[in-house]
Amino acid sequence: MQPFDVALFPENAKRCSLKLFIAWTIPWVVLLLWGLVSAVLCLWKGLNQTNMTDYFAFALWIVFDLAVIALGAGAFFTGFLTYIIGKKELKDIINAAVLIGFICYSGAVAMLGIDIGQPLRGWFIFWHVNVHSMLAEVSFCITAYLIVLLIEYIPIILENRQIQRVRELKYFGNNLHEIMAMFAATGTFLSFFHQGSLGGLFGVMYARPFDFRGGFYVWPWTFFLFVLSAIAAGPCFTILCTKLTEFISRKKLVPDRAVQTLAKISAGLTCLYVGLKIIDTLVWAYKLTPKAGLTLMDYYREGPYGIWLLIAEIGICGVLPAILLIIPKVREHNGWLVVACLLNCTGIVLNRFVFTVVSLAIPVMPFDRFVSYWPTWQEWGIALALVGYGFLLFSLSYRYLPLFPKERELNP
Amino acid sequence: MFPFCFEWKWDPDHFIFLGFLYLVLIIVGTGLGVAFLKTAAQVLGFMRERHFDH
Amino acid sequence: MVIDLDKCTGCGTCMVACAHENNLSVRPDESDIQRKLTWMRLYKITKDEPYPKTEVSYFPRPCMQCDHHTPCVSVCPATATDYDINTGIVSQIYTRCIGCRYCMAACPYHARVFNWWDGYFPRGKGLENYLSPEVSVRMRGVVEKCTFCHHRLMRAKSKAYAEGRRELEEGEYVTACTEACPAKAITFGDLNNPEHKVHQLIKSPYAFRLLERLGTEPKVYYLSKKDWVRKMGDNYLPGEFKPVTPPKA
Repeated sequence: MQPFDVALFPENAKRCSLKLFIAWTIPWVVLLLWGLVSAVLCLWKGLNQTNMTDYFAFALWIVFDLAVIALGAGAFFTGFLTYIIGKKELKDIINAAVLIGFICYSGAVAMLGIDIGQPLRGWFIFWHVNVHSMLAEVSFCITAYLIVLLIEYIPIILENRQIQRVRELKYFGNNLHEIMAMFAATGTFLSFFHQGSLGGLFGVMYARPFDFRGGFYVWPWTFFLFVLSAIAAGPCFTILCTKLTEFISRKKLVPDRAVQTLAKISAGLTCLYVGLKIIDTLVWAYKLTPKAGLTLMDYYREGPYGIWLLIAEIGICGVLPAILLIIPKVREHNGWLVVACLLNCTGIVLNRFVFTVVSLAIPVMPFDRFVSYWPTWQEWGIALALVGYGFLLFSLSYRYLPLFPKERELNP
Repeated sequence: MFPFCFEWKWDPDHFIFLGFLYLVLIIVGTGLGVAFLKTAAQVLGFMRERHFDH
Repeated sequence: MVIDLDKCTGCGTCMVACAHENNLSVRPDESDIQRKLTWMRLYKITKDEPYPKTEVSYFPRPCMQCDHHTPCVSVCPATATDYDINTGIVSQIYTRCIGCRYCMAACPYHARVFNWWDGYFPRGKGLENYLSPEVSVRMRGVVEKCTFCHHRLMRAKSKAYAEGRRELEEGEYVTACTEACPAKAITFGDLNNPEHKVHQLIKSPYAFRLLERLGTEPKVYYLSKKDWVRKMGDNYLPGEFKPVTPPKA
């Protein structure tokens, strides 16, 4: 028997029954509801609902924000490779990449709206802008890029079989698609700058020796490292998401050529990133840190944040995936590819965590004390709602939109 | 964002930062506008629909 | 501002006076130190040696009013905090602050505090009668900080203007903590004015600033003849700290 909503599916696509689909969405809806309750509490009662303190001004939410934005970099980078560089094979994966980017960015922006103490004044960043602040650059670029992502996502929605029947919408979708290269170029420019300025955010805090880095002109080295790490790990996340979809739907959705192109590019970039990151870490440990009267080990003696962080971030989740990805034999093996991508993505999340939470946990004044932090259920709720939202939107898009253009060809 | 904002002080960096911002917004806005106008022209029959495949 | 740590007894009067002067909101339960609103915070330091060599000292810590490329001012995305070129005071515009807390992350002194709750001044207990009309109360979700009692500067300036003067006399404008300190440990004045006492005090070999090596150029100086106290003012690699040899009589 055909599923009840078969008329909405992409042409000739096989999907599970509606009942099964609804059952699949239940956990994600529960996560979303949990997030909704938390968001209402935080907006109504204020940020005292969290466990953030004057010491931990940034906490779980900012870690999530930075992490998903970095992982969502697959969207702009794949767009850049497809439309600007002209890697035609990536057209088979670009829709999924755009959707992942859209989920990550819209989720992050929504979360930031709750994270600031006075959400109704969010527009002051634009109105009273301090052009020298990295955060202003981040806000501008993320907002503008979210608009671009929306424009990139709309044509995919409009490709739904039933929407295609409406002549106006069909034409509009086609017309948007025709000038997509222009939007992709704009998106690349915006993304480059805000991925960078998210790193700059920390690199410019010269009064925090753990974060401070030298740099080029107004941009600290973290600016470039964040861009690099995002474009290295972003494609890996895109690969992981498509592999997960393939695993759950038990179908091949993306030709190996597209995945391998992304993996190969990511491999090169990961190697470059890890190399530069090691140089940066050495300069920071042996030049900048002693200048502030500290040694490297001074940073890693507080609470659970030991030197293992550095080893895990650069070694296990940096050098290792770089090696795995750069060897063609390993990269072409499905299982190893997933492992390498997983490690790479973990590495970038760990990097963002270190820059956000660990840097604030380390006291700068010699007589200051380490304080601990653990998020409340409200903080977890809002952070995990992002995961629920992502799964839900991706599932809905997969079910009703031609997210993978080669699906029919690969599953005759 | 605009020179008529309260306590606005001119700074050469404003030109760089806001210049890029407005440039981006203009590009995005123009792109959207072109797509809209083209669609309107096609729907109203001034322009022939082009066959589109990808 | 110059704070003589050898005179400071750690009584906390400066904290009380500051909170009182600047309409700092309270909570029914003030035990959550990490979320407490304090512009002037007192840190207790102890010499890391066993009895009988144990020694205790206190670090009163207002906002350092950093001078060079002020860490918090440079990062604020909404220009909600500003550095006044004429006075060197770092201000905070509460009604413009969006509460992103980037400034708090950038400040190594923890001089900035966030309003985690709505302002609370228990009615019926007379506390609202103590509110100063010169300082605005803050709403929740914004960052606040020590302003060196900026309203007192305004008041002194108005008075001087009414009397036809352009310059303020030394002592005409002092902060609430300076005035309240029973041990007279805090001296306040214009660091750049050679006639002011603070200008002389900071030339002392015993004068130092908190975390001076980071290059924030604080405008709060500390004085202490004890080497171990001065050493606590900054991070030093082994052997880097140079004790001041006492001047020979």
